[in-house]
Amino acid sequence: MSEVTRAEVCAVACAEAWRGDGEVLASPFGLVPSLGARLARLTFEPDLVLTDGEAALVANTPPLSAGADDMVREAPMPYRRVFDVVWSGRRHIMMMASQIDRFGNQNLSAIGDWRRPTTQLIGVRGSPGNTVNHTTSYWVPAHSRRVFAEKVDMVSGVGYDRAARFPAAARFHEVRVVVTNLAVLDFDTPDRAMRVRSVHPGVSVDEVRQATGFDLVVPEEVPHSRLPSAEELELMREVLDPEAAARGEVPG
Amino acid sequence: MTDKRASVEDMVGELRPGMTVGFGGWGSRRKPMAVVRALVRAGISDLTVVSYGGPDVGLLCAAGLVRKVVFGFVTLDSIALDPHFRAARQQGRIEAMEVDEGMLYLGLLAAAQRLPFLPTRAGLGSDVMVVNPQLRTVRSPYDDGEELVAMPALELDAAFVHCNRADRHGNGQMLGPDPFFDDLFLGAAQRRFLTAEAVVEPGRLTESGPLQTVVVHRLLTDAVAEAPMGAHFTSCPPDYGRDEGFQRRYAQAAGDEARWEEFAGRFLGIDEEAYRAALSP
Repeated sequence: MSEVTRAEVCAVACAEAWRGDGEVLASPFGLVPSLGARLARLTFEPDLVLTDGEAALVANTPPLSAGADDMVREAPMPYRRVFDVVWSGRRHIMMMASQIDRFGNQNLSAIGDWRRPTTQLIGVRGSPGNTVNHTTSYWVPAHSRRVFAEKVDMVSGVGYDRAARFPAAARFHEVRVVVTNLAVLDFDTPDRAMRVRSVHPGVSVDEVRQATGFDLVVPEEVPHSRLPSAEELELMREVLDPEAAARGEVPG
Repeated sequence: MTDKRASVEDMVGELRPGMTVGFGGWGSRRKPMAVVRALVRAGISDLTVVSYGGPDVGLLCAAGLVRKVVFGFVTLDSIALDPHFRAARQQGRIEAMEVDEGMLYLGLLAAAQRLPFLPTRAGLGSDVMVVNPQLRTVRSPYDDGEELVAMPALELDAAFVHCNRADRHGNGQMLGPDPFFDDLFLGAAQRRFLTAEAVVEPGRLTESGPLQTVVVHRLLTDAVAEAPMGAHFTSCPPDYGRDEGFQRRYAQAAGDEARWEEFAGRFLGIDEEAYRAALSP
């Protein structure tokens, strides 16, 4: 089998985010997280619930390139019902972040002064509600100081320091992992500051530090992110993403 | 039984500058675009627009008719960001009330139920509470004592919703996969306007889909207009998908006065019949 690509390592790291979740709605944003969620469902998390990207849950685990006709729908899931799921807590979303800080506060809304932004982005979307109701992870395909910022301009997704100020927000709050093209980060520290959990094979801790705009917690020993198993490689290459579309998100 | 048929122009004719107007649909999906075009023709300005935002927001911003947008996002789906809305925000031409999209849902639900607010966790700890200083929290009166966001009712002067089929009494049918929050927009509004791809005889809606696809009942509507291609260029399944080519032209008309004038002159200064004719090759 040819050499493992960075995208495949990232997809496995994304899949690992959902390990142990059981029967929850997995909501991946981006190609690599979508590949990861499907991989998790075909291996160690068979009860994960996925959508067709429109308004239904799917009974099958379609490939990334699947069209509407490849979806086996099992139940309707229009947007209004999505909020029932969000507020019930039975969901683990993996969102993108235009900015994210050391406590996991995320910005999807606007860059600059919110009243008159220099760059208007899509808006806070469901980030405020998602982050205080169910587990959230993030996917950052290009790890950089621009994204990993000392301070985010408009807190959309709530981080640990903000959630701690409101018991009702902290009650169901969990930012589990941040997967990037370089590393996997988590908040498994006494003050919930971001920590390097693993670096992808071929990446040094220094590279991750250099690409981050704040001080990361770095344990003495930082392991490498795990490689895909033979079974996982086969599933990704033959079943879920034979066109290697995920490589478009993470070259190399 | 009252015949509620009207024209899109009649509906828009009831609006006044400064009103708060809600639009159904989501992103670039099943938006009441025939109404948006009629609003541009009528030039009703100073509007507060409440929307799961798509090109309804962008087009009205481009036409200079918007004072304020109440939103959780504005997107064209296949094009992530609406450039007309972005330009309006970045140039400081509009005010904004930006909330979590679930908060928007609860604000409409509160208005539809004539409640002052509904409690939610959504918003706690986020900057939504900072940029909207009018938002308050409320403490649970029960033993838990939790402090929650009190999402205020989003009361609308008027709401517009586009559906696949309707009858003249104001029942509306959604044949696509998602009815979105359209019935709540109508419920939250003083004047409730429905447009449809086709208006059929009363009692005949079940010929095109099961009864539960009739999401809008006549208690929710004041007037109904037939508007073929009334959601164009957004999607209106199963009648038609999004017109991606047209959407690209719309997006490319942003940020350049000449291109916008060309686009507006060709597609916005004309009535719906001429609009449909302008679409066919």
